[in-house]
Amino acid sequence: MYDVVIIGAGVSGSSIARELSRYNANVCVLEKCDDVCEGTTKANSAIVHAGFDAAEGSLMAKLNVKGNEMMDEICKDLDVPFKRNGSMVVCIHEEALDGLKELYDRGVKNGVKGLRILSREEALEMEPNLSDNTCGALYAPTGGIICPFKLNIAMAENANVNGVEFRFNTEVEAIKKGEDGLWHLRTNNGEYITKYVVNAAGVYADKFHNMVSEKKIHITPRRGDYCLLDKEAGTHVTHTIFPQPTKLGKGVLVTPTVHGNLLVGPTAIDIDDREGVNTTADGINDVIAKANDHVKNLPLRKVITSFAGLRAHEDGHEFIIEEVADAPHFIDCAGIESPGLSASPAIGVMVADMLKEKMGLTNKEKWIGTRKDILNPENLSLEERNELIKKNPAYGNIICRCESISEGEILDAIHRPLGARTLDGVKRRTRAGMGRCQAGFCSPKTMEIIHRELGIPYEKITKSGGSSNIVMERTKNQKGGQM
Amino acid sequence: MTNYDIVIVGGGPAGLAAAVSARKAGVEKILILERDKELGGILNQCIHNGFGLHTFKEELTGPEYAYRFIEQVLDAKIEYKLNTMVMDISEDRVVTAMSREDGMYQIKAGAVILAMGCRERPRGALNIPGYRPAGIFSAGTAQRLVNIEGYMPGREVVILGSGDIGLIMARRMTLEGAKVKVVAELMPYSGGLKRNIVQCLDDFNIPLKLSHTVVDIEGKEHLTAVTIAAVDNKGKPIPGTEERYTCDTLLLSCGLIPENELSRNAGVEMSNITSGPIVNESLETNIPGVFACGNVLHVHDLVDYVSEEATRAGENAAKFINGQLKESNGEDIEIIATEGARYTVPSTINVDRMDDKLTVRFRVGAVFKNSYVSVYFDDERVMHNKKRIMAPGEMEQVILLKDKLAAKPDLKKITVKIEAE
Repeated sequence: MYDVVIIGAGVSGSSIARELSRYNANVCVLEKCDDVCEGTTKANSAIVHAGFDAAEGSLMAKLNVKGNEMMDEICKDLDVPFKRNGSMVVCIHEEALDGLKELYDRGVKNGVKGLRILSREEALEMEPNLSDNTCGALYAPTGGIICPFKLNIAMAENANVNGVEFRFNTEVEAIKKGEDGLWHLRTNNGEYITKYVVNAAGVYADKFHNMVSEKKIHITPRRGDYCLLDKEAGTHVTHTIFPQPTKLGKGVLVTPTVHGNLLVGPTAIDIDDREGVNTTADGINDVIAKANDHVKNLPLRKVITSFAGLRAHEDGHEFIIEEVADAPHFIDCAGIESPGLSASPAIGVMVADMLKEKMGLTNKEKWIGTRKDILNPENLSLEERNELIKKNPAYGNIICRCESISEGEILDAIHRPLGARTLDGVKRRTRAGMGRCQAGFCSPKTMEIIHRELGIPYEKITKSGGSSNIVMERTKNQKGGQM
Repeated sequence: MTNYDIVIVGGGPAGLAAAVSARKAGVEKILILERDKELGGILNQCIHNGFGLHTFKEELTGPEYAYRFIEQVLDAKIEYKLNTMVMDISEDRVVTAMSREDGMYQIKAGAVILAMGCRERPRGALNIPGYRPAGIFSAGTAQRLVNIEGYMPGREVVILGSGDIGLIMARRMTLEGAKVKVVAELMPYSGGLKRNIVQCLDDFNIPLKLSHTVVDIEGKEHLTAVTIAAVDNKGKPIPGTEERYTCDTLLLSCGLIPENELSRNAGVEMSNITSGPIVNESLETNIPGVFACGNVLHVHDLVDYVSEEATRAGENAAKFINGQLKESNGEDIEIIATEGARYTVPSTINVDRMDDKLTVRFRVGAVFKNSYVSVYFDDERVMHNKKRIMAPGEMEQVILLKDKLAAKPDLKKITVKIEAE
């Protein structure tokens, strides 16, 4: 029996898990996929919003601003790449300049620090590739860029090191309050019994909420298509460039990523399929057209991949983080759409505080609050790197040429807590396969390492769990062979 | 820091031929740096035959062709390092390399020959809409899995793009028992060699659909189907022409991109058209003493031409080391590719430095039938060769003679173009 079961190992679930790991409690995270960071957290804008966008007084605004403020420390503690590059909301129509002022006022009320309205000249001086139509911009120095994979992975790893269990490939099918007064979660991997449930299930959060409550909520998967550009295009802009927001969201942005690529997107398309992460030609074309409105000369020939992610848009467009009124001991963490990533550190604290109070949790005697990421040898001097290779020759063997990732880094990714077992798992932890050739050269080599280290047969190695096998069978296997 | 006369980045066909010719020209200290575990480059996974018709007048497999050069490298006792990644090349020709055994180290090179080859255009760069499941490979990755690792990616295959590796893999997968359902090509012509279309598709009744592309990819975990549609003359899919193919494998053979990240970081000037360095008649880049050859310079159709080009690069690097490569006097003649000719390699000529005969290679931008390759010296047409057919998948060449050029001391530009008559 657990004290708390968290459904979902995305950035919300993992942040809650890490915060809860401070206390003496028996905590388990159930994740239907093969790894952490497989849902909304893996495909988004990878930015930390300043917090001027969310409605004044909303939980969204409060947690965004708080999460933003917490980000430096948590990223330092967990060794996650984060950079405050600053963001700009660019106005390209004179008559819309008032909108910038509104946004500025809202930001000030939300507690966003350092906001400034820039003239056309100031904006262009800071960002020479802004549209010629630029008439002004709102500048938010606290805006930042982050690696969402690493933040999610780091939180989960750190939670795990502090005793939180993670169960992957474990999908919750039903939730019932037992006669013992405890929650009984039926999964494909047996039953889990717990005092408290935290529902951090992203686009599925309504499904679980509605299993236990008469007051239904409804989440719409809102798809966002993105294009990722080569690092050669990574300095086309240095700030995160937004258009002015509309009802449908913050619009198509152009931003450098913390790893040096350029990211353009997203669209905002409401769909029915909660796994519908397929891009469409219309979506991609729309992204490209809209990005060009605010940033000129985008080098779109340098696109290395496109992808889509789903926002968990709740009908009320507000984070729902509370104990469900008619289901005591069931805590919702639902409707976590943008700025969910930015808010995630604050979401973790909020839910953990709630549980601490309700359950009377006490601090662990020994809690490890820091974690080292996989070593990035690129930050070492030639001498230091030589020392490292002498100690561990695997760091001298480059596997991914595009991102310069060595075997040493991949071995670390596989053998650390909650280590990688799939190609995508290796990719999100090390960036091997994330570069311009998109894993063309390194995937056979990475497969060889996974096979050797984990004893997984080649035919069973997957891209990201489930039936995503890379190869089917050995050659010369005549079983299915027909001419 | 160790010193070498010539450091060659890449031990594939280009690097090997360059090393051999530099040694023949008398250079002692040559070092080949190869990132893979053996010499030979991509030829090692090209187990089909058809290599070497020009060079050796016989049909060899890829590994056999490579071995002809590896043997010469071994015989000449040219030094090479395997499993070694070049991390950086500086403008003053300091090469930083790394391996398990040697750690990270720097070499001061008298001359550098860039011979890194090329990579395949990935799915992402094609902006194909749909899901991103397992089962999508560039043709060369699939070739490595099948031919080197010994594993089949799948059983029901669709191929997008008719580049040579895609065509070869259509045959390879068929011979391994897979069903190749269709090859779709965006352009109205194939990107590969005619002989590969005949031998790899026609002989196995695999349909080639020109002016078609993939418009949707299905499968959340593993590929289950793709949809192909005809495209108009702007490459836009035509609604109503969609055809759905169930399949578990999609191979992409949609173009090769020279791998020039090292060159760019070194400050080598690049061509937007070839994505390779801009070189002069000596195959030298804008950085003196840095030469380029093979697929890193421009993507070749036949490895024979790679070897030939690399031989020249090796000779010129040797001349550079020995102080025999005259400094350019700045009076370079520009070669302009226009009207059907997409680019030329080289793109400038210094008559003083050129050999008696210079092969200028280029590709055409469309299919031309019964047309002429014309060369102009300034405004005067000096060459007008009829070709029955020219296609973008095959390289073309013209040969310029030094005495002809030397006879025109005021010549400023040479133009290569395709003319109807």
